Amino acid sequence: MSLDKPYTDVPGTTIFDADMSRMGYHLNQFCMSLMKAENRARFKANERAYLDEWPMSEEQKQAVLDRDLNRCIALGGNIYFLAKIGATDGKSFQQMAGSMTGMTEEQYREMMIKGGRSPEGNRYTGEKK
Amino acid sequence: MAKISASVFTSHVPAIGAALDLGKQGEDYWKPVFAGYDFAKQWEKEQKPDVVFLVFNDHATAFSLEMIPTFAIGTAAEYQPADEGWGPRPVPKVIGHPRLAAHIAQSVIQDDFDLTIVNKMDVDHGLTVPLSLIFGQVDAWPCPVIPFAVNVVQYPVPSGRRCFMLGKAIRKAIESYDEPLNVQIWGTGGMSHQLQGPRAGLINREWDNMFLDKLINDPDGLSKVPHIDYVREAGSEGIELVMWLIARGAMSDVNETKKGNAPTVRHRFYHVPASNTAVGHLILENN
Repeated sequence: MSLDKPYTDVPGTTIFDADMSRMGYHLNQFCMSLMKAENRARFKANERAYLDEWPMSEEQKQAVLDRDLNRCIALGGNIYFLAKIGATDGKSFQQMAGSMTGMTEEQYREMMIKGGRSPEGNRYTGEKK
Repeated sequence: MAKISASVFTSHVPAIGAALDLGKQGEDYWKPVFAGYDFAKQWEKEQKPDVVFLVFNDHATAFSLEMIPTFAIGTAAEYQPADEGWGPRPVPKVIGHPRLAAHIAQSVIQDDFDLTIVNKMDVDHGLTVPLSLIFGQVDAWPCPVIPFAVNVVQYPVPSGRRCFMLGKAIRKAIESYDEPLNVQIWGTGGMSHQLQGPRAGLINREWDNMFLDKLINDPDGLSKVPHIDYVREAGSEGIELVMWLIARGAMSDVNETKKGNAPTVRHRFYHVPASNTAVGHLILENN
């Protein structure tokens, strides 16, 4: 039976639904563990070893090591969970969000000050800008 | 009997909390944001609410993927500000109102809304940033708060319609409480923002202002807007705005059994940006 998912044609956007949540369970729970200072310290001391304690896929682990947030999201990560990695790295939410757009930190900040990304041309995949 | 005197709506951007906690409110970037809340601080001193019923969402703080309730009401005596990875915000602990919260849970569940009753929960920026914006930097929050958490993180999230109807059930519950309490209901989150993917940074000033207009004048119509419109127009995280419909649904003018007059708009504010987000704020007095 097919489900109603009207949000698959929104460009540059992954909706964290029940299916994505299922895929990303261990990845997101790893992120959650970073809310404890002692875990942050252990992760920073040896990232690979810490990740190997979690039943995550190799792709998920590599995406975390690369700090490739778009890849993490494609593999079931959710931004509010992934933000714990950013916090561990001392990054702000703006730095994290900007890192997914292909813009530099300065360009992204400037875009936000000028009123943000326009919805024009950004509502449907393949829409003319 | 208890009564709802007003509804207050505001964004709850974490960077606003950080700016306050680090003493940056005088910086040019932040000045216009905080100026939008000067009115609320003065107004609250006159209103002196006995309880705030605060609708917010948890951001992977109290609720991990182990369990995410769609609607959760806090019935605890107190709640600690959470460590979200940057350390807990240096703000007072939140004092609850267990007796009223339990009364509301009983009434609202009997009205067919499946609330999860929570007795232990740390509260994140979704709850503490609105308190800071509306009450300012204080040693203790001026009144007890009932935290009401809505899942807007893991889709499908509740529809705007369901949130609006839930607000009506909450009003009925509060008005059947046997103490003469002055209760405010706050709806928080939004406005337009997207924090993920190549489309991060989306802001839609026009849609946000349409939302504010309709929230005031046509909440019933607004409650019928489907999720996909929020995602397309206001960004994937703009979906938080459905929580505003809970607070709006608790106002007297949409009470079907004893219809009150339209609320008085005491304050309206809109500003872009605070970090990644459009900031909206509205105060409606019940009539």
